[in-house]
Order: sequence, then C-alpha cells, then structure tokens
Amino acid sequence: MKLHGTKVPHCKNTADMAPEALPVPKAVTIPMSMHIGKPSKPVVKRGDEVKVGTLIAEPDGYVSAPIFSSVSGKVAKIDSMKMSSGQSVETIVIETDGLQELDPSLKPPKIYSFDSLVEAMKQSGLVGLGGAGFPSFVKFAVKDLSKVEVVVINAAECEPYITSDTRTMLDKTEYIFKGIDLVKKYLGVKRFVIGVEDNKPQCVEKLREFGKNRDDVEVCVVPAIYPQGGEKVLVYNTTGKIIPQGGLPLNVGVIVINVTSIAYFGEYAETGVPLVNKVITVDGSAIKEPKNLIAPIGTPIKDLLEYCGTKCEPAKILYGGPMMGIAVPSDDCPVLKMTNAIIAMDEKDAAEKKPTPCINCGRCLSHCPLKLDPRAISRAYNAGSGEELEDLYADLCMECGCCSYVCPAKRPLVQTNKLAKALLREYKSKKEEKK
Amino acid sequence: MRKLISSVSPHINSPVTTQKIMLDVIIALIPAAVASVIIFGFRSLLVIGVCVAVCVFAEWGFEKLCKKENTITDLSAVVTGLLLAFNLPVSIPLWQAAFGSIVAIVVVKQLFGGIGQNFANPAITARIIMMTAFSQTMTTWVFPDTVSTATPLTLITKGETDSLPSLTDMLLGMRGGCLGETCAVALLAGGIYLLVRRVISWHTPVAFIGTVALMSLICQKSVPYELLSGGLLLGAIFMATDYSSSPATKPGKIIAGVFCGLVTVLIRFWGNFPEGVSFSILLMNILTPYIEKLTRAKPLGGIKR
Repeated sequence: MKLHGTKVPHCKNTADMAPEALPVPKAVTIPMSMHIGKPSKPVVKRGDEVKVGTLIAEPDGYVSAPIFSSVSGKVAKIDSMKMSSGQSVETIVIETDGLQELDPSLKPPKIYSFDSLVEAMKQSGLVGLGGAGFPSFVKFAVKDLSKVEVVVINAAECEPYITSDTRTMLDKTEYIFKGIDLVKKYLGVKRFVIGVEDNKPQCVEKLREFGKNRDDVEVCVVPAIYPQGGEKVLVYNTTGKIIPQGGLPLNVGVIVINVTSIAYFGEYAETGVPLVNKVITVDGSAIKEPKNLIAPIGTPIKDLLEYCGTKCEPAKILYGGPMMGIAVPSDDCPVLKMTNAIIAMDEKDAAEKKPTPCINCGRCLSHCPLKLDPRAISRAYNAGSGEELEDLYADLCMECGCCSYVCPAKRPLVQTNKLAKALLREYKSKKEEKK
Repeated sequence: MRKLISSVSPHINSPVTTQKIMLDVIIALIPAAVASVIIFGFRSLLVIGVCVAVCVFAEWGFEKLCKKENTITDLSAVVTGLLLAFNLPVSIPLWQAAFGSIVAIVVVKQLFGGIGQNFANPAITARIIMMTAFSQTMTTWVFPDTVSTATPLTLITKGETDSLPSLTDMLLGMRGGCLGETCAVALLAGGIYLLVRRVISWHTPVAFIGTVALMSLICQKSVPYELLSGGLLLGAIFMATDYSSSPATKPGKIIAGVFCGLVTVLIRFWGNFPEGVSFSILLMNILTPYIEKLTRAKPLGGIKR
C-alpha cells in the first residue's frame, strides 16, 4: 500500500549554508511553555545572575521539562506574554552581558545505565525538536524495553524551506551516531532506521559514510513527498508498521526521534551543555538573505530578521515551515526550543485566499496521507454531527495540511478539521458520561 | 510594526483553482467543438454559442435574483453550456437549446445549491428533459447538408448494418448524431489532455468504455461500432467524470464506470431507446452518495468499530 501525499515546492535555499552564530541579543525572553505538558516553574528571581546553561526553571510534573538560560547576564523580570496559541505564559526575561560565559557547574552527565540515560535526557532539557516539543525522556522511559524493536530517526525534513535538520546531518553527523550508540547500549535496541527524503542526497551520502561498517543503522531513503516526516507516515514508509488509532509508535515497537534531537543528545552526553541554542533557518519571500543561524533560545524573532535583512515589512511570520508552521502575533515572539525555522512572508505570499464553494473534486481525499475524507469531515462538522465525525475517523487527522494545500477552492480544510476534532472530543466524552 | 496576518496552517496553496480546472475542461472540449463545425457546419457554432451564453446568463441572473455571490467567473457555466450543446442535434431550434440551458443551470444546478452541490449532471439532465419534451427535434439528425440520416445506433438497432458509415468516418465523426459526440479523435484528444493535466483520473472512462466493449464482445455486437457510436466517448470522458455528481473515491469511480457501462448496453441492446449513455450517467449520479459511502477507504491505523 502506498500512502498518498503532496508534492510541495522544496525551496531548500539554505541547504548549503553552514549556520552562522547570531550576535548575542540584548535580552532574551524565555517562555515557561516550550514543550507539550505542564509549563515549567521558574527557579530564579529578578536580579539573579545567570550564565549559559544555568537552570532557570524546573519541570512541573512528569510531562514537563527543565529550562536553562541561553545567555549570561541578569534576570530582568519574570513576566508573561501571549504565545501564538493565544494563551498567556510566564516568561523569564534576561538582560545579556554579551560574555556568553558557560555555567561552571556544567559537566557531562554520567550515563551508565538505562535509568541514568533517561535521567540525563531529562536533565538536558531536550524536547522533540522536530516541532512537536514533546519531552524526549518521556518517550524513552519505556517500561518494557523488550518491546522496542526499532528506533526511527526522523530526518525527512519534508517542510518547504527548512534546512536545520539538513545542517545537523551534515555538521553533526558524529553526534547523531553518538546518540544512537547510547540508546543502543542502554535501551538494547538493535535496529535504527534513519528516514531521509531523496532531495537530500548530500545527507544520505554523509550518513552512509558514517554508518558504512554498521549493520544496526540503516539509512532509508524515502521519496520527497510531503508529509514524509509525519510520524505515522515515516514509520509506515520505513518499517511498514501501522500506528493504531489513538496509539503511540511504541504500540508497534517503535520509538521515533527527530534527527536533531538525537544529535543534540549525543552532544549533550559529551559536553554537558543543555539545550540553549537552536539552528534556525530564516527564509521566506520577505527575507533578503536567507540563512541558517545559531540563536540562543529566547532571542526575539526580529533580531533574526534584522540579521538576514528584509525586502519589505513581513506580512506574516511563521514558527516553522509553511505547511504546518504557526503564525506568530508579533516579531517580539522569541525563538523556542522546538523552533527550527522562521519564515517571513511578503504581502503577496501572505494574502489570504478567498474560499470558493467546494466543487467535490476529491483532491483532498486523494492527497490525504491517512486516507481521510476532509470533504466529508467538513460536511459532518457543519452539520454538527459527532457521530458522523466518529465514522469518518476525524480524530486521526494530523493536520499536515495536504488537503488545504491542494484544494482548488482554497477551502480552510485543516481549520475545519481542527474544529471537527474538538467537536468529536466533546461528543466522545459525552458518550462516555452516558455509559 | 504593523499587525501581522494570523491564520491556520498551511500557509501556502497549490496554484490550481476552480477556474483553472474549468478552463482546462473548456480547452479539452475545443477540438470537438471545432470538429462539430467542420462536420455539421456553422450552425453548430450557433447552437454552442446560444447554450454557453444562456447558461452563463442564467447563472448570473439567478444569483443576482437570489442575492447570491456571483460565480460566473469560475467558468463552470461555460462548461455546462458547451456540454449541453454537444448533446444536441445541430438542427435543434435555438429557443429549445436556450430552454435546455436554463433547465441545466437553474433547475439542476442552482436550485440544488450551485456549483458542487448538484447531485446530477446539469447537461445530462437537461438533455434528458429535452428528449422527453422535444422528442421530435431532439432526434432529427441532419447530416450531411440537410439530408436527414439515422444515427449509427439507430441503424444497428434496426439491423441495417449495411448502411453504417465506415470505421474511418466513425473515428472522424462523419456520421449522424449530436453535434459534439461524433468526432472520436477530438474527444479522445480532449480526454488525454484532461488526464495529463490531472483534471480527471482514468478510472471512470476506462471502466465505462471497457465495460461497454466487454459486453459488446459477449453479446456479439461490433465492438468498434459500439464504442464509437452514440455519446459513449463524450459521456465517459466528460460527463461521467463530473466532480459534483460522481464518486470521488477511486474504487467508487471504477464502480461508477462499470455501472454506467452496464446500463448503457442494457438500454442499447434491449431497451426502447437506441442510446443509453445519458440515462446511465443520470442513474449513476443518483447512486453516487451510496457508492462513495460503500467505497470509503479505511484510514491508516483506523480501528474498525
């Protein structure tokens, strides 16, 4: 069975550009919610001196993550800001001293067992760097290790423009393998599959060169058809396994980790420097010189845009790529842990397309990688029918955007699917109550 | 800093629009339109012109009256006008052609909610209504040069196979019939264009034509004549593939094609009418929601309830 998908423009303009370090920003604003789960709790107060890597917030609850200062300087205030989701989140604002001194207490973690690996992963502040931001250690804290057959390393990078994973594969290859070795040793996993799209032959070559004498690491080249990097899609295309509805990859013996995440973990194990910097692709029609930048977490987006130069005032700015990226309310928004790209669009690109009536062409269903029927979901949502939405498996939708992208009538199908999923959740919980 | 635009992902769209799709269909119909002028003379252009103009005007007028947003720029009314004209004999009185156009646009399309909402193909339905209402003029086949002839299908029905046109003439469309349905070469060229442009998929036309071929073979009829006669190619390529009135799922498209093929031969071989393509497509249109429901794919990872 071949999964559907969509050919989107690649626009990998920055693939050959090694990341440049952004000059230290004047101040960074670090939100307490840069992961899925409960926001972290600040452990510093106004006036505290911090260095690069100093713990500034600790996890609150199990699914949460510690946060470290990305700069050296002084805590200016504990504030709050409105995130792109519309929710207000506590932030720590740090004024920098420009020295970027490392916290002297940082030292490489001692990893000698499964538990110490999970603990190290937790202490590193690592969250899913592919964009989801799920605290990584939670994924690896597997109860029954014998169930893990294969680790799929997501290096598809199927979103247009973004090349930060490409740079990881080219610049941090040894750390990818170091991460793999650690997971192999302490989780006892025997098989690793790195899924890379065929539009990145330079990465495939580099990975194959590094892994040439190993039979435990397989570089699996997949066609560059969006959304190849979608978890369910990549797991199916690299291992043939189907993640069941409502289940996790672990249900079919798979752990999926983003390539930059595993490389970062390999690096952390060696250096002990927690997650403080990100490689960010800055591109889009409003950008003069697209670049890959190394930016401290918390750097305002406008600093990155200024450094690359803008052709015009951006009309829309995204965290992430144009297929699944999130439009930010202002260029004051900071770089987050899971930010891998900032896309700034000009007026023309950002112009809203007016939806016209659905012509029933079926392009949305013939391009849906999960074989959903967005057209029918849309109708069922408009009719307010939770029952029908359940029949249509609306909750499976991963919001990859293929349906909206291909729709000739420019209908906001992803938006409707999101609303439909919320309606279905409500319907299901009501159904549960009745039982 | 000015206010940034905020919207739900995705933030890019494919360049395909409804208008571009309809324009592709119009381009695909041009060869057959040109052929109809060559074969049946300039009156064919007049019939096409009247149908297109009335369809567009009816759509504009209806939407104006109902204070609905105007949709004539999506070009779908032009497509309906072309297809209806293609389904009429060249000698049709123009007022009847205009009447059919109004039925197609107002009754079949707009009253059901406009583009994408009509459950039946407007051109096909209007043609069937006209066949019933104007049975005389709708079955007068003037070819060539005002000499009345019977269509090949009528000849086959009557058993007068000796007076059938040659196969070359059948391919080129030098035969009696509706003005846009006769030139097989032009219709196939249009079909290939639509396939290349991915406006239609092969499933319905291949299943439809294939079923007619197979059934003709089984029933010991002449396969090439059955395929090239009547409105089979026009119907299979351009009408049974109509988005709003045919299934969107791939297996559904095949079922629709096979169903149309079966009903067509049923009517052709054993029915009262010499031709059954229109009826078969209308019947398929009515079954479309059920075909779609039956052929809905199980999503990846979906758990059966």
